[in-house]
Amino acid sequence: MSSTFENAIRPDLVVDVVAKPSKDFVVKPLAIWERVLDSDGFRRAMILIVLAAVWQAYALFADNDLVFPKLTDVLVALWRSTLSGVLPARTWNSLQTLVTGYALGIGLGVVITTAAITTRLGSDLLATLTAMLNPLPAIALLPLALLWFGLGSGSVLFVLAHSVLWPFALNTHAGYQAVSETLRLAGRNCGLPPLQYVIRVLMPAALPSIIAGLKISWAFGWRTLIAAELVFGASSSGGGVGWFIFEKRNDLKIPDVFAGLLVIVLIGLFMEGVFFRLLERHTVRKWGMVRSV
Amino acid sequence: MLVRDNQMQFQQEFAATQNSVLVDVKDVTLQYASRTSLVTATWRVSFSVQYGDRFILLGPSGCGKSSLLKAIGGFIRPVEGSITLQGKPITKPGPDRMMVFQEFDQLFPWRTVIENVMFPMTVRSWSKRDCRERAREALEKVGLSSFADAYPHMLSGGMKQRTAIARAMAMEPDVLLMDEPFAALDALTRRRLQDELLRLWDDLRFTMLFVTHGIDEATRIGSRILLLSPHPGQVRAEFSCRSDWDATQRLGLEQRITSMLVEGTEKPQIGVAS
Repeated sequence: MSSTFENAIRPDLVVDVVAKPSKDFVVKPLAIWERVLDSDGFRRAMILIVLAAVWQAYALFADNDLVFPKLTDVLVALWRSTLSGVLPARTWNSLQTLVTGYALGIGLGVVITTAAITTRLGSDLLATLTAMLNPLPAIALLPLALLWFGLGSGSVLFVLAHSVLWPFALNTHAGYQAVSETLRLAGRNCGLPPLQYVIRVLMPAALPSIIAGLKISWAFGWRTLIAAELVFGASSSGGGVGWFIFEKRNDLKIPDVFAGLLVIVLIGLFMEGVFFRLLERHTVRKWGMVRSV
Repeated sequence: MLVRDNQMQFQQEFAATQNSVLVDVKDVTLQYASRTSLVTATWRVSFSVQYGDRFILLGPSGCGKSSLLKAIGGFIRPVEGSITLQGKPITKPGPDRMMVFQEFDQLFPWRTVIENVMFPMTVRSWSKRDCRERAREALEKVGLSSFADAYPHMLSGGMKQRTAIARAMAMEPDVLLMDEPFAALDALTRRRLQDELLRLWDDLRFTMLFVTHGIDEATRIGSRILLLSPHPGQVRAEFSCRSDWDATQRLGLEQRITSMLVEGTEKPQIGVAS
């Protein structure tokens, strides 16, 4: 570099006393409306209200109760069916079957993914089985299940476990594989035996994916159950929500059909907004593994 | 007379432990299998680490120094040669060789700072209270007592590395393996942690193996420096380095190392010296 291109000499600057801004400027609390807008619950409630308003407006406009009943009619039907105890009983039946089948599928999923991450044979097995069985619709298996397990809850549980198992296993396995190499090395460094290593290091490290798997397979479980009830009617103990919807459709009580659908939606909202939310708040969000906004 | 004899014997024994070999690496060749070929990381490397050494593995990137450390940690198996710890061959990872990594994500995010420090202790048969006590002591030594119940994602990089060091040291391993633990830190924090590490060593006199590519870091921290040649890594030199050296002596060694590292390259470059 030639000196002709050097910049002109500038004087040094030293600030001896640094003036600090006032404390409530440095840490400024948010206004109430900012905090309200910041809450997920508020924003999501707003979306629900808008959707409800659109429904009601369209139903008023269409003015055809048989095809598209008004939201208010649906709510009245929901209220009546709830008071009469029919819908709660049906819902309870569905939930019982669902939770049992879900637990079965998740349990199998944990076993198979643990085998997959600890042994090479297990990993080959999981890859092949998910590729083969994941695309099979559970409902397509129902006739077979009926042959094998008869007209009881056994066949429904079978197809439920099938529909829950594969998406959960796929997500969990992907989560295990995404655990960072450093974390694995740090875990192995402690000299834990393989099963302990999976339970105490890989599982918590893969928890964001495992929770995603739980959510997805919960939804898959619901779909399969309702479809099974619609196709094959009452299961052993009096039928579930799907059977309720089927019955009401036969009676052309369309608001009740929507009420049945609404129950499924409400349970879905509850699981997402309360159960999984709490689970996440006390695990992955608290640990900073998932963005908390 | 008897007392004197005893004293001498004690001194001799002390000297013996001082000079005897803790980690012995003999003709170790390390290779990585990729999909199409075998890549040699180090070729017939030998060195031995003595009790109380601050042993530095120094070399350009790709010389296999981290691989050597991982082999001592038991994570990779040499294709040739042997590695022994106190005369016993190393076959698998274990808590007698605690490792501190460069990456900040080596802490378990689902455990608080103190739980992280306690985590490896579960393989020891220490009581829960004992573990907590030890963890607390270790955290105090690295100055993190007030962050014991924080989760790792709330800590700065320097604090994460301090926690990792506390976790490793609380296990009282035979040798502490450090894989560029300060490389991802800013210069100021790195300097502070280097000083802290030296102070800890002064206190506890543990044995450590320290991988770095920083020549200044090597002379600042090390008591013995192993210089590896570029890919595949072979022993190029081994130097002693004293902590009571003055700046000129240290600079002398640094320049010597620098010139050895530079002479292998095609043309000498300005600004390689750190």
